[in-house]
Amino acid sequence: MRVLAALSGGVDSAVAAARAVDAGHDVVGVHMALSRERAEYRTGSRGCCSIEDAGDARRAADVLGIPYYVWDLSERFEDTVVADFLAEYAAGRTPNPCVRCNEHIKFAALLDRAAALGFDAVCTGHYARIETVVGADGAVTRELHRARDAAKDQSYVLAVMGTDRLARSMFPLGDAPSKDAVRAEARERGLGVSAKPDSYDICFVADGDTQGFLRERLGARAGDVVDADGTVVGRHDGAYAFTVGQRRGLHLDRPGPDGRPRYVVEVRPSTNTVVVGAAELLTVTRVAGDRAVWFVPPSPQRLACEAQVRAHGAPVPARVRALGPAHDAVEVELATGLRGVAAGQSLVLYDGTRVLAQATVTGAER
Amino acid sequence: MPAAVARAGIRPDDRFVDSWPVTVYLDHAATSPVHPLVVEAVLDQLGRTGNASSLHDAGRAARRVVEESREVLAARLGARPSEVVLTSGGTEADNLALKGLYWARSGADPRRRRVLVSGVEHHAVLDPAVWLAERCGAELVVLPVDAVGRVDLDALEAELTAHADRTALVSVMWANNEVGTVQPLAGVVELAHRHGVPVHADAVQAVGQLPVDFAASGLDAMTVSGHKIGAPVGTGALLARRELPLAPLTHGGGQERGVRSGTVDVVGARALALAVDLAVRDRPEHARRVGALRDRLLAAVQEAVPDAVVRGAAAGERLPANAHLTFPGCEGDALLYLLDSRGIRCSTGSACRAGVPQPSHVLLAMGVPDREARGALRFSLGRTSSDDDVAALAAVLPEVVERARAAGRV
Repeated sequence: MRVLAALSGGVDSAVAAARAVDAGHDVVGVHMALSRERAEYRTGSRGCCSIEDAGDARRAADVLGIPYYVWDLSERFEDTVVADFLAEYAAGRTPNPCVRCNEHIKFAALLDRAAALGFDAVCTGHYARIETVVGADGAVTRELHRARDAAKDQSYVLAVMGTDRLARSMFPLGDAPSKDAVRAEARERGLGVSAKPDSYDICFVADGDTQGFLRERLGARAGDVVDADGTVVGRHDGAYAFTVGQRRGLHLDRPGPDGRPRYVVEVRPSTNTVVVGAAELLTVTRVAGDRAVWFVPPSPQRLACEAQVRAHGAPVPARVRALGPAHDAVEVELATGLRGVAAGQSLVLYDGTRVLAQATVTGAER
Repeated sequence: MPAAVARAGIRPDDRFVDSWPVTVYLDHAATSPVHPLVVEAVLDQLGRTGNASSLHDAGRAARRVVEESREVLAARLGARPSEVVLTSGGTEADNLALKGLYWARSGADPRRRRVLVSGVEHHAVLDPAVWLAERCGAELVVLPVDAVGRVDLDALEAELTAHADRTALVSVMWANNEVGTVQPLAGVVELAHRHGVPVHADAVQAVGQLPVDFAASGLDAMTVSGHKIGAPVGTGALLARRELPLAPLTHGGGQERGVRSGTVDVVGARALALAVDLAVRDRPEHARRVGALRDRLLAAVQEAVPDAVVRGAAAGERLPANAHLTFPGCEGDALLYLLDSRGIRCSTGSACRAGVPQPSHVLLAMGVPDREARGALRFSLGRTSSDDDVAALAAVLPEVVERARAAGRV
């Protein structure tokens, strides 16, 4: 196959590309330039957007003996991922930009451009497994599964891509036993990025200061922090910067009536108000979602599953049913309460290791 | 694969050498194969020890090679030996000309702060000029060009008439590296000298393709590079009139008349001199041959892709080895990848910034819209180019352009 390997400049994508080469594919490396203003050197824990990272990616491609190109997708990235990030926060929701990047950039713009140029698949360093199942009638289905290494599993952020695109994707690290093993393999292969630190911050927020980034892009907008009965208990610089479940950074000027910690329980963008309350107000048992993507035939009947609402959150037993004529909405009942479910988050439903569906949280109830 | 294998890239028996059959190489303006006779000369010289500044016999032998090289360069380029300042290449020579002239001229008269360059200069000229403006108080004046990239002499005249006494220098290239357009240098020199302003020209692409005579050109300084004409990378020279005030960039042992300190590269001097000697000697026949080949290449490309647009000046007014086109609806880097994967090496002609392909400043200066400028490819011919190369390109181009267009629509 002709395979386009996305090279971020990190360890995972380099080893993934190396494995694709070993598997006998005709591999070309591409580094995506996503940020308009790129820093010279990597700072902190950002992992893909500096010129140094692009240089690391090129060096990895040279070691593997594959061609290397830089594709400028910064305009598309700004118009989709960054714009969505800002709009979601402005609307009082909590976006996951990595999910949107996979939806709009990696498994959309990159994949489509690769296909147009004659590539059969895009290979990335994500930790997830694709299983190909041939049915009794000979029909081929592709399933998305959790990675072998549960600690590194990234099926949560990939679920948004849907089944069709799985057929044109490769995740060679899905079976890797651990990140340490991948690092060791990188060393073995002479890849200089073997010791590079993991990235975990949002790549386009230069210094990791998300609140500062939001303030700069959306403008400061002072408002009230209120408790459940509407009493003003503090002030803030913009309700958009708060996330349901957040405890730190509230700057409340007096303690709660019961002296217990208070959390953000609701963000009201229309009135620029942040509502705080006790922890138990955060626990929800019903979650609604839209923009649903199905890996199994959607059904209005309740289907047993496990629900996960955060990249590294624990899944909880649940039942899901599809809503609406196009099955593009879901309703999920949780067997046990889940805390800190915010609108905008990605909701992924599993059956064991297999991804059943993904949706964007629109609301939750106790 | 153990690390040692991956790191073996600098050994002579390396896999990169073996696995790199240069089949269709249409990127001679980026760098051209080292001439076999130059390889021999380099190998011979590498076996000889001697610092050209030493007084003993080994030093004298080295100095003799350096000075004979200088004499050959001077003779072939219409200069006096004392006008040849050996450098590490074109970029250093351009920097020496821009900064050296600016510092010397503004030092002698602080009013002389204006630096005039054409909008289609190589980055080795543009960037020092911008740097001088940002860091050393220079006033940068970018001269406009017409639709084929030829500098506007009326604009130069107006500028000099108004500000000649405040002008440090003019730098206009001999011929453009991207679109191949030859500049009206005689006009530039005539205007500038009428106003008492010195002129530098980057002649990196011109040597070996056009008749280049430093004295006859009237230029005050001229940049020459080795690796486009059969010498290795890292060789070059600035030809500078003896009386031209030039401040040094590097200070130290005072080599190269005090403007370019550093132990003289004997191997490089010999390689450059031999390459220039051969290139200038063979130029008339070479220019005729590659010019005709270039015309066949353009005809073949336009037959394969009828809406491709040739950029730059007409055949008689451009570098004979240069072909430059834009392909509507395509991204240059997509074309580049598709051709590369089919064994054809060419270039978009423009630099990238941080690895990200940028629309060419040359095309933008010529008034080409941004979107069209992104679909540019430069094919540049050289000593080893043949009709087989043109045929190979023409054979794959329709499919390549069709694919690039599909990718451009995504």
